[in-house]
Parts: sequence; C-alpha cells; structure tokens
Amino acid sequence: MQQESGSDRKKYWKVFLTFARNSLVRDMTFRTNFVLQCVSSLGWTLMNVGFYLIIFQYTTSIGADSGWDRDKFFLFIATTWFINSLVQAFFMPNAEEFSELIRTGGLDFALLKPIDTQFLISFRRVDWSALSNFAAGLIIALVALYSLATRQNDPMTPSILSIVLYIFFVGCGVAIMYSLMICLSATSIWLGRNQTLYNFWFYITNFSRYPMEIYDRGWGRPLYGFFTFIIPVLLVVNIPARILARPISPQTSEDQLLIAWGIAATLLSLWISRWVFKRALLSYRSASS
Amino acid sequence: MFNTETNARTTGQKVGWKLSLWRAILSTALGERLVYRGDFALGTLMRFLPIVTQIFLWYAIFDSIEATRGGNLETTEIRGFHFTDIVAYYLLTMVARAFSSMPGLASGIAREIRDGEIKRYLIQPIDLISFLLLTRIAHKLAYYAIAILPFALVFFLCRNYFASGWPSWHVLVAFAGSLVMGFLIGFFLEAAIGMIGFWFLEVSSLLFVYMLFSFFLSGHMFPLTMLPDNVAAFVNFLPLKYLAYFPAAIFLGKIPEDELPMELAIEACWLTFFIIVCRIAYSRGVQRYSGFGG
Repeated sequence: MQQESGSDRKKYWKVFLTFARNSLVRDMTFRTNFVLQCVSSLGWTLMNVGFYLIIFQYTTSIGADSGWDRDKFFLFIATTWFINSLVQAFFMPNAEEFSELIRTGGLDFALLKPIDTQFLISFRRVDWSALSNFAAGLIIALVALYSLATRQNDPMTPSILSIVLYIFFVGCGVAIMYSLMICLSATSIWLGRNQTLYNFWFYITNFSRYPMEIYDRGWGRPLYGFFTFIIPVLLVVNIPARILARPISPQTSEDQLLIAWGIAATLLSLWISRWVFKRALLSYRSASS
Repeated sequence: MFNTETNARTTGQKVGWKLSLWRAILSTALGERLVYRGDFALGTLMRFLPIVTQIFLWYAIFDSIEATRGGNLETTEIRGFHFTDIVAYYLLTMVARAFSSMPGLASGIAREIRDGEIKRYLIQPIDLISFLLLTRIAHKLAYYAIAILPFALVFFLCRNYFASGWPSWHVLVAFAGSLVMGFLIGFFLEAAIGMIGFWFLEVSSLLFVYMLFSFFLSGHMFPLTMLPDNVAAFVNFLPLKYLAYFPAAIFLGKIPEDELPMELAIEACWLTFFIIVCRIAYSRGVQRYSGFGG
C-alpha cells in the first residue's frame, strides 16, 4: 500500500470526487434513462415490501421467539437496502467493468497511472441511480422506526449510541461486500472472463437477506457456520440490524462476541481481498499489443 | 390435371422442405446447447440455491405461527399451504418457469425491428412467428435434455417435501397440459410485447415493467392464494398466473379435480387470445414498417 500521508489522502479524495462528478454528468446526459432506472429499482423495492407485508398478514414474527416482528424485520430490510444500494452504486459498475478491462487489455492503462490500482479500479464509476434504493431504504426505516416507537406493546426507540454503532456497522457491511466483490472479480484475471460474476454474487448475497437465526437449525448449521466464518455475508446485515432493532444494554455475551467478530471479519476480508487482488495482478498478461 | 399434379408435388415438397428446415433448426440449437453442457448443468443447479433461503425463511414463519397458535408443523397452514407444500410449490414453479420463461424473446424481436433485420422475414419464405416458435421449441428441448439431470437430482433430494406423493394420472395429464400451454402463452405474450417495437423503437423499459409484474403476479415469489382476497380475485383473472402458479397448484392438488377441465379451457382461451393478438400485431406492424438501407 502507498504511504497514507495527509496530502495523499487529500489527493485520493479529490480523485474520487472527480470520478463521482464525471459519473453524475454522464448520468445526467441521459436523464430519461436515469429516471427510468430509478423507477424500475423502486418498483423492485415495492414488490419486495409487498411480499413481506403479505407474510406478516399470517405471522407475527420471523422465527419463534427470535424477536423479528414486523417493525423490526422492516428495519432489517431497510438495512439490507442501505448496504445493497451502496454496493451497487459504488462498486458494482466497477467490478463489471474490471473483467471487461482484463478481457480487452485496457487494464494496462490503469496499471500505468500513478495511483493505487485497486483504488482506481474500485471507484471509477458511480451508479447514481442505485442510490434511489438508498432513499427507499430510508423511507422503510423511518416508517418502521415510527411504528416501533408508537406501538402499544413493547415500544422502543433506539439510543443515540446504537444509531452511531449502526452507521459504523453498515459501513463494515459494505466493506465486507466490497471485499467479496473484489475477490470475485479478481478471479476473472485467472479465468479470462467472468460472466457468471453477477449470478454468483446474487446467489451468495441472497443468504444475507434474512436474519441469521433462521439458518441455525438442522442442516442449516453448516451453512450458518460457513456464511458466518468463512464467507461472512451473514454478518453484513445482521450485525447492524441487531444493534438497531434490539436494546443495547442487556446484550448477551454471544451478541458481544458476534460484534467483535464482525469487526475482525471486516478487517480480515479487506486484508484478504487486497492480497488476492495483488496476487491476481501479478498473473495479469496484457491482452492488447 | 397437370396443374393438380404439380400442386400435389409442391405440397409434398413443401412438407419435406419444412421438415428438413425444422430438423436443421433443432439440430443447430441442440448443438449450441451441448457445447457448454457442464457449465450449463452447473448453472442450472445453482439456480436452486435461492430456494434454500426460501426453505429456511418459510420454516421460520411456520415456526412462529405454531408458537403463537399452537399445533405442529403438519397442522399449521397458510391458506391451504403447509410448510412442505410451500417448498414443493417453489420447486414446481421452477419447472413451470423452465417452460414459460422466454429469455430475450421480446427484446430480440424489438431489436430486429430497430436494426431492420426483420426485413429478411419479409423477403424470405419464412414466417417470423413460426420461425421464432420453432427455434424456441428447439432451444427448450435442448435445455430440458440437459437440465433434466440437475432437476431430477434436486427433486430427488427434496422428495420428502412432496408429502402427498405422486398425484393421480389425470392430474398429471392436466399438469403436463398446463406446462405446454404455459410455454405457448409465455411465447405469444412476449412475442406480442416485442411487436410493440413496430410502434415504439425502445421497449426495454416497458419490458422491465412487464417482467416485474410477471415475477410478482405469476406466483413465482409466493403462492397467489396468499394475496388479500380482493386482490387475489383480480390476479386470478389475469393470464400471468399460467406462467408459474397454475401448473404448480395443479400438481399439488390445490385446484379441485372437477374444476380442472374448466380451468384448462379458460387457459386455452387465453392462449387463443394471445395467438390472435400476436398475429394482428405482426400484420399491422409489418404494414407500418419501412426498412431502409441494405
């Protein structure tokens, strides 16, 4: 890694802002397309909310005694939406472009630039329309919080501390997802092409969309272990959602261990993905002449 | 006399020519599929992964219903669906979607209209809709030839979720009929949407809206009976349910056997409707169409 002195950090931040501005200009050139993309992702959100509303017509919670009643589960959904929209806005378009760069040999130019290659690859494009889902998540979260605070039995308002921790762990979740994505797209250096990247991504992150307790039974236990400790996608949404939806003070030691493991897992996955990315670059052979 | 003789010969030749055309299309499509068979079988298997999540989600839901209402897993039900039924339902909708989904059909037609490639169907002795239907059938057959292995594996592993075992043979016949009609409805419905390209050049956003609705209202996401009553009545009237919900409901015996003939007849009416719409849209569209350049 390059030396992270203050001026360097400032430079990287400036480069990132330029990327973000460029993407915004690009998106605004095709404004109708942009609006349509926003509308269609909001349609997808509505459909999911409809599905969960239907489920809660028949049940009061997801899992017996798990505490995930309707309002709390919608907080969970909102968390999923925050993390996914951030990943889709900042990293998804870049990961898709990365495998294209490798196939066409365009990566040569990225390697020549006097800037960290992983940074350049990861932040080049920002898909602003994906942030419409962030707004949708915000609406879901606010409605759920309001309903949670004003309901008859067991009302709850999260403390300031839990909100701060929540934001921090949403960041951790995004970092874990980012690491996973970098690892997946780095494999396209070895494989030459990676069309199944998106599919694979979808199938793995699919597991992160529900409270982790539901896997903790029977033949779900190996999955539970695998997706908590090996590929920690279960931590991504679960840790922040638990912090927000459950009162902080009477935490069990298991909860605290999970939170500690969440921080460790974030650091580990960032470190591993950095290592995988560097290894992959070493085996890169330019495709162009 | 001479005239009829040539007529007879040309009819014979026509049939022969058609048959060889079909064979050519079929063998090409099969060849294309078989090249990547390993990758393809693996990909099909991967597609069942989201069902794993669904199994755990629904188990958790039934678990909490049990806890509040009492009873056990066998007696708890949501709108006539037990836990095992729901899992079986998701597996069966995978089969139904394997028949009724038409990836790239509507967008392909719209693209051919936009690029002007549609011209070749106007000057060659091939009818666009029949050609597309044949290619689709060939692709689907090739698909099933390979996908049957992963499907069989998954269904074998999940056999316990089919609590009531095999349905009676006339239910099976109705199931097969609904699958075939589901394929045809899916084809003509999407082809008709693609024909909109004659009027509007860009149909991709329209297509996305259709896909969204069809995902939700075909029953791919959850059994349609779970919808609130007034909504369910309306959705039941729509043809989208034939793409996923209907075949699965037949197999699981959720549609009473004496109502089956009537329900299938209604499906056949929808199919006829879409064939006519598709034909009219095509002939009107071709009249409107003007191709430039080479």
